[in-house]
Amino acid sequence: MAPKQRTARKVSRNPELIRGIGKYSRSKMYHKRGLWAIKAKNGGVLPRHDPKPKPQAPSQKPPKFYPADDVKKPLVNKHKPKPTKLRASITPGTVLILIAGRFKGKRVVFLKQLPSGLLLVTGPFKINGVPLRRVNQSYVIGTSTKVDVSGVNVDKFDDKYFAKEAEKKKKKEEGEFFESEKEEKKVMPQEKKDDQKTVDSALLKAIESVPDLKAYIGARFSLKQGMKPHELVF
Amino acid sequence: MPFKRFIEIGRVALINYGKEHGRLVVIVDVIDQNRALVDAPDMVRSQVNFKRLSLTDLKVDIKRVPKKKELIKAMEDADVKNKWEKSSWGRKLIVRKTRANLNDFDRFKLMLVKIKKAAVVRQELAKLKKISA
Repeated sequence: MAPKQRTARKVSRNPELIRGIGKYSRSKMYHKRGLWAIKAKNGGVLPRHDPKPKPQAPSQKPPKFYPADDVKKPLVNKHKPKPTKLRASITPGTVLILIAGRFKGKRVVFLKQLPSGLLLVTGPFKINGVPLRRVNQSYVIGTSTKVDVSGVNVDKFDDKYFAKEAEKKKKKEEGEFFESEKEEKKVMPQEKKDDQKTVDSALLKAIESVPDLKAYIGARFSLKQGMKPHELVF
Repeated sequence: MPFKRFIEIGRVALINYGKEHGRLVVIVDVIDQNRALVDAPDMVRSQVNFKRLSLTDLKVDIKRVPKKKELIKAMEDADVKNKWEKSSWGRKLIVRKTRANLNDFDRFKLMLVKIKKAAVVRQELAKLKKISA
């Protein structure tokens, strides 16, 4: 291969005995680092590299305006947000109980966590009417029941799939103000219906293989008399 | 109504308060008016107030403060574990524990079974009512 076969060395050749004190003396380190060999190669002196010619920066005109007060610039923040930390009890295939929203109380199968941090979840639609949907981790109880999701491919779903379509701006004319605006019924595109079917068919097989699981997922969760949530094992 | 269960060496008791709540132990010595030295096969021998103990019917044949090995052998000879789990008190505790550890799915399955059982009972009752009517 090319001349550089060894990996770039970043560890010090001088092991630490105690903080601040290395094992080898200055002269020993000189020898270990091979500075004598570098000097020999270069005729008795350490090689000197002339500074590379910097590209000429375009000449800037002096500014027309100097602000009167010294304004402090805020510190630069390069922090990139990460998706929310998933609770340890929630793994792909877990049955979740939705606590809030339109489908509160429904038991639902967890598929994966999307890059925004929200959880991708499906009913399956045939069993309890919950479609492929995003759900926040805070509004979910993770049960210890797991469904086999190895047969499901969820790679194509991400946050852009669930984005709302941009509505066309309608110019408000006087006539239309007084007439009731005709709201078009939102139709589910066929592509999304097909996606739902493919995801659900694999899941349904896994669910029907466990007795009572289908009825369980079809039923809603509710607190009954005597149930104490802080004592319940989910 | 005389007392039937006494604090004595070898009496099996249940700890009903504190960190060791629910543990079956054997009284191995009496320390003073209020406390007993208590031991179990999987526990470090320790003192416990009488007020924290509930006495059971079971007794083990041991001498005062036996070695751990002797205690274990005596408990196996008296068959404490099986007798306890078969007794109604022991069975109730086991049922309580399983009920507390039921999964949400388990609770659902339990509900289905209860409904089925109730249906069968009601059918039989209806038949009996018909006969007596």
